[in-house]
Amino acid sequence: MKNYDAIVIGAGHNGLTNAAYLAKAGLDVVVVEKNDYIGGAAVSRELHEGWIYSNCSYVCSMMRQSLHRDLDLSRHGLLLIPYLGTVNFADDGRTLVSYHDAEAAYLELKRHSAHDADSMSRFQADLARYSHLIRKTLLRTPPDPASFRPRDIFELLFLAKQFWALGEKELYEYVRFFTMSAAEFLDDYFEHDLISAAMASPGIIGTALGVYSPGSSYVLLHHAMGDVDGTIGAWGLARGGMGAISNAIASALTEKGGEIRTNAGVEQILVKDGKAAGVVLEDGEEIYSRIVVSNLDAKRTFTKIMDKDDLPDGIYEKARNFKIRGSSGKVNIALSGLPKFTGVPDNPYINRGGQNFTGSLETMERAYDCWKRGQWSDDPFIESVIPSVWDPTVAPPGQHWMSNFIQYCPAELSSGPWTPEKRDQFGQTVVDKIERYSPGFRDLIVHMEVRTPHEIENEVGLTEGNIFQGELTIDQLLFNRPFPGYSQYRMPVKNMYMCGSSTHPGGGVSSACGANAAREILIDLKRTNTVPEDDCYDE
Amino acid sequence: MTNNSEAFSGERLKQSHFHPRLAELNIRDSWSSWNGYKFANYYYDAEYEYFCVRNTCATYDICPMQKYVIKGVDAEAMLNRMITRDISKMRQNRVTYVVWCTDEGRMVDDGTIFKLASDEFMLTCGSPCSAWLEKSAFGFGDVSITDKSDEIAALALQGPTSCTVLRKMGFTEIETTKPFNIKHFPFHGDTLMISRTGFTGDLGYELWVKPELAIDLWDELYAAGANYGIHPFGETATNMARIEAGFIMPGFEFNEALKTVHFEHDQTPFELNLGWLVDFKKKHFNGRSALLQEQKKGPKYTLTKLDIEGSKPAEGAYVYSNKRCSREIGYVTSAMWSPSVKANIALAMIKTEHLSGELWTEIYYEKELRQYSKVARCTIKDKPFWTPARARLTPPLEN
Repeated sequence: MKNYDAIVIGAGHNGLTNAAYLAKAGLDVVVVEKNDYIGGAAVSRELHEGWIYSNCSYVCSMMRQSLHRDLDLSRHGLLLIPYLGTVNFADDGRTLVSYHDAEAAYLELKRHSAHDADSMSRFQADLARYSHLIRKTLLRTPPDPASFRPRDIFELLFLAKQFWALGEKELYEYVRFFTMSAAEFLDDYFEHDLISAAMASPGIIGTALGVYSPGSSYVLLHHAMGDVDGTIGAWGLARGGMGAISNAIASALTEKGGEIRTNAGVEQILVKDGKAAGVVLEDGEEIYSRIVVSNLDAKRTFTKIMDKDDLPDGIYEKARNFKIRGSSGKVNIALSGLPKFTGVPDNPYINRGGQNFTGSLETMERAYDCWKRGQWSDDPFIESVIPSVWDPTVAPPGQHWMSNFIQYCPAELSSGPWTPEKRDQFGQTVVDKIERYSPGFRDLIVHMEVRTPHEIENEVGLTEGNIFQGELTIDQLLFNRPFPGYSQYRMPVKNMYMCGSSTHPGGGVSSACGANAAREILIDLKRTNTVPEDDCYDE
Repeated sequence: MTNNSEAFSGERLKQSHFHPRLAELNIRDSWSSWNGYKFANYYYDAEYEYFCVRNTCATYDICPMQKYVIKGVDAEAMLNRMITRDISKMRQNRVTYVVWCTDEGRMVDDGTIFKLASDEFMLTCGSPCSAWLEKSAFGFGDVSITDKSDEIAALALQGPTSCTVLRKMGFTEIETTKPFNIKHFPFHGDTLMISRTGFTGDLGYELWVKPELAIDLWDELYAAGANYGIHPFGETATNMARIEAGFIMPGFEFNEALKTVHFEHDQTPFELNLGWLVDFKKKHFNGRSALLQEQKKGPKYTLTKLDIEGSKPAEGAYVYSNKRCSREIGYVTSAMWSPSVKANIALAMIKTEHLSGELWTEIYYEKELRQYSKVARCTIKDKPFWTPARARLTPPLEN
């Protein structure tokens, strides 16, 4: 029986990245995937003929440019295109356009509030300062503050140096920032309801927090610190859908000699003499390896595919209590034409960007209240994008597909388990809301895929459908992610590692978790590091 | 067109045959000029337009480009005497890329020759070259040279959906056109010439029509392209695309010989890595003996494609043979961060003898009014940075 150097569980983008870097170092690596397709949550699927949905993640900004470059993903078919012109819609029909051009953006803000238009530059400077710092940590392994190993001390000093460089005032502000709510943070800058709401919306995307919940300001930053070609805060689309990212990494992996096996769900990680030794697949097949890397979330890894008895005391409980709450839904819609929205000029650039059905801070908080009660929001926050206006490969010419991300949608309903009927009702809530801003929208619908946390968990494998593989709150960030003491990708069982978004730096299609884990594995195996440094240090 | 009664009429820029449409779409009023024509830097957003070239399709106004028709029994002989490449075997309805040099073998300009009939050629180039053409025709009996620059409306259509859009316009079998081939199509009682050529390194075509049909061509093209992401692109996006394709540009990679003041501040084809365009097997041509000599001793400089560490473009940087940057061996001519390739790319002139050694560059960049510099290692790339299969395939890949 063949003995691999490494088995990576889960062909999501981080698993593929991890495997690619192990293969680059000359290891014999196989990625096992439960579905008959790869990509995890970075996937393109043709669920209706002629339409390619990015049916989970739908936009990209965190992908580490240095990894893209190092793995030569462009040659493997990946093209990331920044998109422009998002429109934010208030409940009463007012709109706020995010123009790409700085002068146009200023004038648009000023149309609503001269105060906020002026404040925006200070807000952006502050956010950029925070972003610059956090970006430098993305492709680094978090230091263990309780360790005295030289590398940990060096990394701690590196972090300290970054913080000290902020200056005294900003250092305090930054620490405060991490624990604030998005709404409180924004209060310092903006007075206008729609502008505050538009700026706050990234603070709730994917998280079981509300705009007024402590910690949501970091979630806001997490969504603002990415970049496209160095433009921090910009978001892009992958040509061919988000699956193009996974496919390009997979192509790089196989070129380096790595293997991918689909329809190979893992039943259990094999542990022998306290060391990971391979996996048992759902069909009973056993595959052996020197190391096992789980790209599944922390909860799923330790409570579903590991034997509690193989784990040191307390780990199972930590995993069970890992905060990974489902809070989002996704509705993918094939459209026979381009929807028109009321209250925005007939400008092809802005109507083709994204639509944020933001409402106000209050609307968003009310939507969160529903979630707390175990209901989907009847007036949810929706972030929509119509990728087909940018990408000629994802819908038939003249027809479109619209990605709608919905906040909030609970994993467990107070009315009992999710059923197909409830799922469809949830979908109708979303269509009803869009129809309010785009009369006739409903008539354009050709096909619709509605995904609640229930579908996302069952199809993708993310516990509760949590898009980040665990909440991005300070208790689960940096050296606390996934658990204190286990932030360096090595898990409590020897020869076992984690490489998914449950590890630092967390959720998002960044490939950073996978790459960071590969670097640690290569250190343990005494191999030459193959993972490049980030290229953000001279920003 | 200019109005003579107006005080500044002599200073105003000419308008392209497509101007009414270009002006409407130039949302930012960002204009520069080219050969006396008003010419867009960009229309809405340079990066957006660049991505249209790489992702959908986009048009580039080439009305300001110089176009000369060279006709007569001796046209071919005259051109062959002027340019370094041999066009005697060129077939009709083909296009070829050419350069022409001074007696000293220094490059006057580069351009393309279209063979329209056995005795009729069209030469296109960036800068006016009537005088040089007339000089080159001296001694040839039957050659007429006509400057058609203002009399042909030309538009480049570039990008992955370009072929589909032309098909949609009704130009059937356009997909069978090979790179550097020409096809003619009936268009509004006249002819539309389509060549599979361009300056972006991607799939693309150039459309040539008489000025009266320019607006019809534009409108029909944009109607057909509406669902295929068609958009105009200006100088900024063009420059990005051509650097990725590794194409040279006067004023960047070469200084036109006839405009060069300082000794050897112009370039030879060998220095520009265009030795493959110099054919010593054909009869005498301008600059032959100088170029033969240069071929023997090797060019002093060689234009090189560089992949540079980090993401700061090495604009205007020197190239060194050591990390200490104490030994200067060349200079960067064009540099950019390539959004498609995801690499920090540059074209650079490097002293040939140093090509096999280490290459370093010192990059200067600004951060909030303060100058920073960093030293970065450079790696030579042999192939163009951007070279998609669809640009070479016939028929090209769908999208």
